[in-house]
Amino acid sequence: MAVGLPENVFLTTLDAAASWARANSLWPMPFATACCGIELMATAASRHDMARFGAEVMRFSPRQCDLLIVAGRVAMKMLPVLQRIWLQMPEPKWCISMGACACTGGVFDTYAVVQGVDRFIPVDIYVPGCPPRPEQLLAAIIEMQRKIMRTGTIRGSEFATRTKSDGPPPFDRDEVRRLQEAAPVPGLEIYTPPPVVTE
Amino acid sequence: MFDLTTLQDRFGTDITESIFRDNRRFIVPSEKVYFVLECLWRDHGFDMLAELTAADYLEYPGATERFGVMYVLLNSVSGERLIIKTHVNLPDPELPSVYPLWRSADWMEREVYDMFGIKFAGHPDLRRILMPEEFTAFPLRKDYPLKGRGERHNFPVLTRAES
Repeated sequence: MAVGLPENVFLTTLDAAASWARANSLWPMPFATACCGIELMATAASRHDMARFGAEVMRFSPRQCDLLIVAGRVAMKMLPVLQRIWLQMPEPKWCISMGACACTGGVFDTYAVVQGVDRFIPVDIYVPGCPPRPEQLLAAIIEMQRKIMRTGTIRGSEFATRTKSDGPPPFDRDEVRRLQEAAPVPGLEIYTPPPVVTE
Repeated sequence: MFDLTTLQDRFGTDITESIFRDNRRFIVPSEKVYFVLECLWRDHGFDMLAELTAADYLEYPGATERFGVMYVLLNSVSGERLIIKTHVNLPDPELPSVYPLWRSADWMEREVYDMFGIKFAGHPDLRRILMPEEFTAFPLRKDYPLKGRGERHNFPVLTRAES
């Protein structure tokens, strides 16, 4: 121990102290649009009890939250809402993308479903699964705490370096190719009825 | 049980019937469909429009017309159900709205308009109901690609530093 310090006094940096406080009192904003939302509720409920990790205070106003949990598929009509909620959250803030649909679009590879929210908002932790088990979400929250403790600064300067989008580009290359393939070709049969088999 | 000849006597013999199990379909030309439906509503007790939907018959084997529009009617006194089917074609698929007969046609006609682009003349508020207002395509048409024409990618990208 350092000379002259009483027994219950610690020395640390402001960055580490702030990160420690932030990591252990995450306030999640539940953006639950599908079945992952049910698992999110189960995680917060008594059996799995997210309160053990200090993240039980779900607030339905983004202005009171610092952890956005996107749980479920995001339709293209919903994405402007999600972006607006993200922009309304005060700094410092983080984002967990929960489940296959939020991460990649999942099985919903259609015109109306966004193929991964990370194309349009920054995401820190991805949770795979369809839907993920509550233990997986708890693991993600623990990993989120580790990330905050490891990289956090009191002024949030670690965010300023992330000037490029973390996710894939909005348009994949193969998406462009598929679009060209899907363009209407005059005279091309799209549907051919199966041949009739006669014994 | 409602008889086809009642309609044929009044509206002509180009109304035909097809039966699959206990589904009875009357196929009506689109210029007569409003008058047929009004007759069924007023004189034959079909007081409920249970369903109004459409189908795209592009490249369907044996089909000669593009869109089929189906009205599923219910007589709530006798419990009898009846399907009235009509066809419309491009480039300007349009039908008279049945909103004056059944109020339940309001959202169902909006949905058919949203998904197939079939207009309903006389509808009080014909807007898109499922897709956002700025959407321009009609996604349930068979010539619309399943993965869209890039609508799901047309958003600004937020980076961490600027948000």
